[in-house]
Amino acid sequence: MASDVSEQIEVPAAQRRLAWLSRSTLARHVLLAAGGAVVLYLISVGLDPYRDYLMAQVAAMVVAVAGLTVLIGLSGQISIGNGAFMAVGGYTGALIFMHLHWPLGLILVVAAVVAAAVGAVFGLAAARLRGPYLAGATLMFAVALPFLANQFSGVLGGDQGLGFFITSPAFLGVNFSLQRWQAWVNCGVGLVVFVLLANLTASKVGRSWRAIRDDEIAAALAGLNVAGYKILAFIVSAACAGLGGVLLAIYDGTVSPSLFTFGLSIQLLTAAVLGGLGSLAGAIWGAALLVIVPIYLQDVAVSHGFASQATSAAIPTLAYGVVLIVVMLAFPRGIQGGLSRLVKKKGSL
Amino acid sequence: MGQGSLDVSGLVVKFGSLTALDNVSLVAAPGTVTGIIGPNGAGKTTLLNAVCGFVKPEAGEISFDGKDLRGIRPHQLARLGIGRTLQAVGLFGGLTAAENVMAGAAVGAKAGFWSAFAGLPRSDRDERRLRQLAVAALDRVGAADLADRRPETLPHGSRKRVALARALVAAPRLLLLDEPASGLAEDELPELGALITEIAREAGVLVIEHRMDLMMSVCDHIFVLDFGVLIAQGSPAQVQENPLVTEAYLGALHE
Ligand SMILES: Nc1ncnc2c1ncn2[C@@H]1O[C@H](COP(=O)(O)OP(=O)(O)OP(=O)(O)O)[C@@H](O)[C@H]1O
Ligand SMILES: [Mg+2]
Repeated sequence: MASDVSEQIEVPAAQRRLAWLSRSTLARHVLLAAGGAVVLYLISVGLDPYRDYLMAQVAAMVVAVAGLTVLIGLSGQISIGNGAFMAVGGYTGALIFMHLHWPLGLILVVAAVVAAAVGAVFGLAAARLRGPYLAGATLMFAVALPFLANQFSGVLGGDQGLGFFITSPAFLGVNFSLQRWQAWVNCGVGLVVFVLLANLTASKVGRSWRAIRDDEIAAALAGLNVAGYKILAFIVSAACAGLGGVLLAIYDGTVSPSLFTFGLSIQLLTAAVLGGLGSLAGAIWGAALLVIVPIYLQDVAVSHGFASQATSAAIPTLAYGVVLIVVMLAFPRGIQGGLSRLVKKKGSL
Repeated sequence: MGQGSLDVSGLVVKFGSLTALDNVSLVAAPGTVTGIIGPNGAGKTTLLNAVCGFVKPEAGEISFDGKDLRGIRPHQLARLGIGRTLQAVGLFGGLTAAENVMAGAAVGAKAGFWSAFAGLPRSDRDERRLRQLAVAALDRVGAADLADRRPETLPHGSRKRVALARALVAAPRLLLLDEPASGLAEDELPELGALITEIAREAGVLVIEHRMDLMMSVCDHIFVLDFGVLIAQGSPAQVQENPLVTEAYLGALHE
């Protein structure tokens, strides 16, 4: 009966197409990503090689931060050591690249899978450990991992690390800027990751994570496999970190212990908090701030004559601290939280 | 559809030196409302926690339709057909009322991780179906208009309705209610009583409650716990007349 009535009403074609869009999660997210791709393309072609290069770095960080913000903000678990999962992905990618010469797409997938597998081990531990213990375990992982590179320097290249040089495809011409190609690859991967993470977040999986984060006992009684979902979140976050690690290697041209320091893990955390825990858009703000602010400040410092090695090295660290404090005071729920509150306020006025 | 009968026998639960449940046996028969009453700290909630696998009994047997429930993990209960509401309500603060109930409906979800990951139509269809189920469950408890509200914006009584809908949406064969009336206004009780009676047409209901007027009107059979010991049982009228019961409650008052 009700359907008879609705069929009689003339629905304009455009509106029907929109209705279809609102019903398909994938279509909605792919469309957003396509829009994002256009914007990123326009930005990249307007930038000089150095800034394209930074763009590649930001994209690599965004991917890793997005995984972490899902882990912390949605599933309510903490990892202090996601930089170590980046190293796992980065080294896996570099080893395959060196020895097997697989195409980049395949390398990315395998690196993500390997990092996910290591993440699964931590996820299993996480299902038992809580709060400080889990944080401690992941912290130890991040601190200890760089030593492995020296322990197995025959395979992993010690302090020197391993090379990971990608080249732009021939059809773009020999003079095509490598940095622009790095930016395209990293942003492209980032967009795919965002579509997939947004799908998960909007689905039963994301809802179950948030339920478990809010009340584990009630979640279990609702039939949610609490341990299973917690492990799943760790796997997803480790896979993202692993991908971010390969992208960071693409940006840097190498993987080495100095690329995946414990400081990197802290940067990921900082960016996730800055952007707003649990927010994918926030991961972009957080990672961008994290990469760009220190570089900008360092430039300022150098141009004001504080060029000594010690001061210029201390400035980025200082900058994180200051930015973190300022943002957290201004937006307790991160940049994205602050933005959406501003927008809402405007709307209701 | 199976029967939905809960059998507890000789249950002993200890917390260190405290014996929270001492050789407790009871039955919640399908299609009836079984009540558990007793003063604060008598062990009522602990009994449900033992049934749900949150605490490990020292001794005794717990079975549901003849299936041994000992060693079961709490999240498996929903699939077995056991639903429970919590004394402390326990809504998910970051989810809307409808999403809260959808979380409870997820045991009936057909789409798995990969279709959610890829954002496939299969997952979208499933989500729409879960939402319909959730709205229907909210409607059943008189909270359909609250679907898009966050728990923090709801009064206590409405939160309890949403929590009840979350348990009901999975169509349990046995529903365990821990103080469903606490915090409700006097005039909300008849409605809750009617709902409990209606639920008991399709499922067994085991209800813990301090509000005696409600218990007298909805229960078919009542068990009385005091300091972990079952001190009386019978029809509401029998229990009300039992001097041991009055004594337990008066004792608790005099403390
Ligand atoms: N996890 C626990 N660890 C230690 N003691 C506990 C635990 N859970 C309950 N107890 C104790 O066991 C006893 C029974 O508690 P329980 O919560 O079952 O009481 P109750 O009958 O539900 O009371 P109320 O009517 O106040 O909800 C109390 O003395 C309580 O302090
Ligand atoms: Mg209780």
